[in-house]
Amino acid sequence: MFRFIARRLLQTIPVLLVIITATFFMVRFVPGGPFTSEKALPPEILRNIEAHYGLDQPLWRQYVNYLGQVARGDLGPSFKYTNRSVNEIIGQTLPVSLELGGWALLVALAVGLPLGVLAAVRRNSWLDYACSVIGMIGICVPVYVGGPLFALLFGVYLQWVNVSGWYEGIDRVLPALTLGLAYAAYIMRMTRGGMLEVLGQDYIRTARAKGASEARIVLRHALRGGLLPVVAFLGPAVAGILTGSFVIETVFQIPGLGRQFVISAFSRDYTLILGTVILYATLIVVCNLIVDIAQVWLNPKLKFE
Amino acid sequence: MTGKGCLVGLKTFRSRPVSGVFLCTLLCLFVAINSGCKKRETLVERGNREGILHLSIGSEPSDLDPHTVTGLGEAKLVQTMFDPLVSFEPGTLAPVPALAASWDISADGLTYTFHLRPDAKWSDGTPLTAQDCVDSWKRILTPSLGADYAYFLYLLRGAESFHKGRNTDFSTVGAVARDARTLVVALTHPAPYFLQALLNSCWRPVNVRAIAAVGDPYRRGTPWTRPGKLVSSGPFVLKEWATQQRVVVEKSPTYYDRDRVRLNAVHLYPTDSIDAEERAFRSGQLHITYALPLSKVQPAQREKNPALRIDRQMETYFFRLNVRKAPLQDARIRRALALAVDRDTIAGKILPGGRTPAPTFVPPLLQGYTPPAGQIYNLAAARQLLADAGHADGAGLPPIEILYNNSEILRLVAEAIQQMWHRDLGLDVRLVNQEYKSVFASRRAGDYQVLLGSWTADYLDATTFLDLWRSDSGNNHTGWSDPAYDALSNRANTMADPAARAAVLAQAEALVLESAPIIPLYFNTHVYFLHPAVKGWQPTPTDHSDFRYVWLEAGK
Repeated sequence: MFRFIARRLLQTIPVLLVIITATFFMVRFVPGGPFTSEKALPPEILRNIEAHYGLDQPLWRQYVNYLGQVARGDLGPSFKYTNRSVNEIIGQTLPVSLELGGWALLVALAVGLPLGVLAAVRRNSWLDYACSVIGMIGICVPVYVGGPLFALLFGVYLQWVNVSGWYEGIDRVLPALTLGLAYAAYIMRMTRGGMLEVLGQDYIRTARAKGASEARIVLRHALRGGLLPVVAFLGPAVAGILTGSFVIETVFQIPGLGRQFVISAFSRDYTLILGTVILYATLIVVCNLIVDIAQVWLNPKLKFE
Repeated sequence: MTGKGCLVGLKTFRSRPVSGVFLCTLLCLFVAINSGCKKRETLVERGNREGILHLSIGSEPSDLDPHTVTGLGEAKLVQTMFDPLVSFEPGTLAPVPALAASWDISADGLTYTFHLRPDAKWSDGTPLTAQDCVDSWKRILTPSLGADYAYFLYLLRGAESFHKGRNTDFSTVGAVARDARTLVVALTHPAPYFLQALLNSCWRPVNVRAIAAVGDPYRRGTPWTRPGKLVSSGPFVLKEWATQQRVVVEKSPTYYDRDRVRLNAVHLYPTDSIDAEERAFRSGQLHITYALPLSKVQPAQREKNPALRIDRQMETYFFRLNVRKAPLQDARIRRALALAVDRDTIAGKILPGGRTPAPTFVPPLLQGYTPPAGQIYNLAAARQLLADAGHADGAGLPPIEILYNNSEILRLVAEAIQQMWHRDLGLDVRLVNQEYKSVFASRRAGDYQVLLGSWTADYLDATTFLDLWRSDSGNNHTGWSDPAYDALSNRANTMADPAARAAVLAQAEALVLESAPIIPLYFNTHVYFLHPAVKGWQPTPTDHSDFRYVWLEAGK
């Protein structure tokens, strides 16, 4: 297993290199630069600024310098936030996104798994239908609709919680619910599907014939296999939930990395775009690795080759 | 078989555990949500009690350094912490003493002598001297800092050549500390707007000694604007800067006019979504929003919402016409387009929020400046001009493209004018929509025919608008230039008599509107929510606030 992990980690290096290279050149070819604005800068001033950031050098040299910097763990200065480094910005915003993602994941699993199991066990009952309806609503209503609706109800009308910001514990409730419930819907439908398939298998019938209680059958025998599709889904979902919560971060004004990433693209903050892309790529690679390991652990038919 | 197995499961599944888990989850969730479920005291209510103003400033500040920031939200931050030499009286806009207790202006309008107040202090307790002002201006003009708005200071004699590196001796620049309290400033040309221009962030003194204690004051990126390091001179001092969350400034104990300051603190929030901001206002988290979403303006006007605030602003929305591109090199065609824009419809019917039609480029908010008649809607004349140019009813004219950036309001305007030109002049008009920064790239490359954009005043004078169309302007982008226009502009710059100068400037404006490389469309307003508890909130048309005059008063 360690060899497996080591090999997978080694494989990520060329992957990251390709991603860095592609991003580096792509952002440079996008029209407009970090210092273009409504009021044009006099050329003398623009030259000073570009020299300060090394943007006056040939592109290939900037690229080589950047790779050297990244190898030393320095993602460079931000162009837009003049006195902050990319490392500092990521250090401030990533924990916020991770926390939001963590709470959302908790909500997603806490709601999605039990409902999915229940729907599978009571298939075609009113409960199953109710879960399906809730699930379809969860999948169909995008978070940028659900978020403002929650904010209106709980923040503006009832005034139980703040509708924006990330200051106190209570500020976590609405964003975590909005993001979590959207994923809960997917998890529920997958759990239901996985469970239904497993519950029809021979070994479940055997367990039942041996007189195992229904609870034991579901929790002990069926759940492990029934969760396989969910686990496969969780890899990309976790990466997405941790990093792609841009919409939620904007709707609720949360100082996370997702919001920062999108703003950096609009302001052509080259180093910040690159730093965030590198981080996201690494996160996705790591999440997928963990999922692969979990799948082997859950499914006796798979092995680390 | 699968189905049958499940049916069995269905029937025999009566044990509690799973149902229990489900119910527990729901219960936990409910309790979790309910844990805070009372109607709480909102931030605004608490702020009213404790004298804390909650203010939104749009996007995250790129920095708090008055010398490098450019945005309006950042300017608000600077206004809370850095005092200008001369401030203004809310309402009348008359200059009033700030860091300078008084000032003398020479008869030729070229020399200003400021007498600093003896009790002016930095927030670290040291006195603020005339030399501090000179050092501060030296910093912004030093080429290595790369300050965006350093060219505003070209008004100082010798500043331009120092900034462009042609001269490295700052003593040649027209800013001298005669003694600790006397600052003598020499200008390149008479500028009646100079005192007003001093409100801009770039003119407000910073403490170069305090910056040097943190790092190189003459390079970008020195992190001196952090809490604990930032030394300032204004009514408030920096307490907290949580990026993308809020900046907290608290009343300064060293400020000379601290007895007048009635707010104890200001919390400034970067909220880049104006929809989220509007919700935050309605849930009692903000006293003042940055802007109101277009869709919310009309309902607020209809309901006569007492929080709705519409301020007139020094901003003009207008078309640039690229005179290097056919068919717009023909002034008759440009003029025909200009006369066929029904501005009353655009400002009155299409756009909500008190925007007004703009027949001229300079907004009618300047005392002492009488604008020319400008481009008056006249379809018959427009058709005649088009016919004179050999294109009666648009015959033989290629399609005309209007370029604008992704913005709801610009799309409405562009579509309306597309319709007008098509219906009334028979033109084939196409709309091209690009992302914000891409538009600037196209503009600089001259890669457009008609470009929709805006211009905001930097100070209260016609030249902040009219200088754009000089041949040497970096913001012209139309390819239009006229020696007669440059001559008028230069002549105005030599005149010390404000009335005569204004008349020459109005002549210049009439000239550019006649030749029509630009088509002004409407004068913008600043539409936002202002909580009724906020008193004394009277920003200038260039959006400068003096926080000394602002206080909170909770209604009964």
